[in-house]
Amino acid sequence: MRRALFILPLLLFLVLAVYFALALRPGRNPQELPSALIDKEAPAFQLPGLNGDGIARDALKGQPILINFFASWCLPCREEHPLLMRLAEQEHVPLYGIDYKDKPEAARRLLQEFGDPYRAIGVDRDGSVGLDFGVYGVPETYVLDSSGHIRKRFVGPLTAEEVNKELLPLLKALQRS
Amino acid sequence: MRAIVLSVLLVLASQAAAVEPGERLSNPALEARARSISTTLRCLVCQNESIDESNADLAHDIRVLVRQRLLAGDTDTQVRQAIVDRYGQFVLLNPPVEPATYLLWFGPVAMLLIGCVGVAIWLRRRPVATIDTAPLNEDEQRRLDTLLRELDH
Repeated sequence: MRRALFILPLLLFLVLAVYFALALRPGRNPQELPSALIDKEAPAFQLPGLNGDGIARDALKGQPILINFFASWCLPCREEHPLLMRLAEQEHVPLYGIDYKDKPEAARRLLQEFGDPYRAIGVDRDGSVGLDFGVYGVPETYVLDSSGHIRKRFVGPLTAEEVNKELLPLLKALQRS
Repeated sequence: MRAIVLSVLLVLASQAAAVEPGERLSNPALEARARSISTTLRCLVCQNESIDESNADLAHDIRVLVRQRLLAGDTDTQVRQAIVDRYGQFVLLNPPVEPATYLLWFGPVAMLLIGCVGVAIWLRRRPVATIDTAPLNEDEQRRLDTLLRELDH
């Protein structure tokens, strides 16, 4: 009993050490927030298209998809752009874009220059759809299952590691179910 | 005098909020409610400022949303809930008291109580010095006398 009491401070220290190690581990972004909408149905939206057809939540149901919020003024979006191209061209992922608080001409110019990975793009001129999704920093990428429920959100530019280890396996699992 | 007035003005100026004139509601009562709600909501871009103080674009959007909901007739709680539904509990600067936050709210008090109990146990277990009040026997009296005599010299 006595001895147990002496070990107590050591145990407390170990608990704290594990906590700090987790909180300080490299690659963790302390500003990243889990979406409040995980496992909930995505907010309904109906947006005019940037080129041709617009997009609406209910019309996108039926298969797991990605929704990517981007903007021409957003530099990190250009960083992830090659990855999005790869997802669309090599992995044939159904990727839909929402052009967030952007001038449509500027977005069109960007996609002409760097390529267009999206199956369709909705224009969210005033950012209200972004607000409904809880977007707080573009780019953000949402994984929706075939019933239109949000299963995962990536904040900030996607990385190859995130795509290979999380995004693609999740999409495969959703496609199977 | 001038210096005092100026410094008072400076202090007041630093209290100014980020609310832009175009955002304000014409109804002063509603605007006051919007302001008081805004001070309790976190700006998710800066994360340590309320949306009332932040100049971030997102803070502006949420301020406008708060005002739209108020104009639509929502209560303060409904407005706050609408923001929480989108951004999660983290958006509240003052976390609500609920099972998930019990540790946060009551943890410090619990630690204090545990400490108090520990101290109480320790104090009780500590051997108490007993005071012997019996009168001195002859031998002791003699030793005391010798000591006192030595002191006198």
